[in-house]
Amino acid sequence: MAAQILFFVLATVAIAGALGMLVSRNPVNSALWLILNLFCVAGLYLTLNATFIAVIQVLVYAGAIMVLFLFVIMLLNLAALPDVRRFEWRKGVAYVLSMGLLSMLSFVVASSLGVLPEPQSLQAAADSGTANTLAKSLFVEFALPFEMIGILLLAATIGAVMLSKRKPV
Amino acid sequence: MEITLNWYLYLSAILFTMGVIGFLFRRDVIIMLMSIELMLNAVNITLVALSQTMGSPAGQILVFFVMAVAAAEAAIGLALVIAAFRNKLTIDVTEFNLFKY
Repeated sequence: MAAQILFFVLATVAIAGALGMLVSRNPVNSALWLILNLFCVAGLYLTLNATFIAVIQVLVYAGAIMVLFLFVIMLLNLAALPDVRRFEWRKGVAYVLSMGLLSMLSFVVASSLGVLPEPQSLQAAADSGTANTLAKSLFVEFALPFEMIGILLLAATIGAVMLSKRKPV
Repeated sequence: MEITLNWYLYLSAILFTMGVIGFLFRRDVIIMLMSIELMLNAVNITLVALSQTMGSPAGQILVFFVMAVAAAEAAIGLALVIAAFRNKLTIDVTEFNLFKY
């Protein structure tokens, strides 16, 4: 019973955090709501016994990426964008498209209930989420992609420095 | 009542749709980038839930790579926002019409 309550609380707060990010006018408030959402997703990983991914989620997302976002927001000294009071038909199309996407995704999940895999035992799930198991597969089977992701991060770092150093034209 | 795999999949679908709505509705470039992070997170929930249910670590390795790509994307995206802000002194996407005419 405790697992259900934990899932519902975390899922509700995660959705509330995403909603808060969508409706906040101030970018700093949006970033703080997104951090709440990311922490709840880390908690959901813990309910799935994926301990390593939960730790990485807090370190990389809530720690590094969101600090970068907050840093840029404060560096640019942004105020909230002025409210436009004209009708935008673009938003109507966007609403219809996203609701169609949600119904399509829900339909796929609902129609695949019969073919979803049988869950493995709790002990096996706890074992397959540890850093030990993941490291064995990451450094043996996926060693080449691991090196390539390192090169990608280096390229991204150099690109970010080059972009932000360029003088305005 | 037990927590099954499809609950995680529904939650992931809801979060992904909220990311799409944020990306399409907001005019603020930084909030659009945050919506992309939200969509990547929703996909990560699906991957971890399926990986833990099937007992294969490959899904969680993929989540690890998705996080690295998200970090690279955030760094490049925010550098572009800073470069664009220097030129136009705004981050409103409707003001960026350099390629329009």
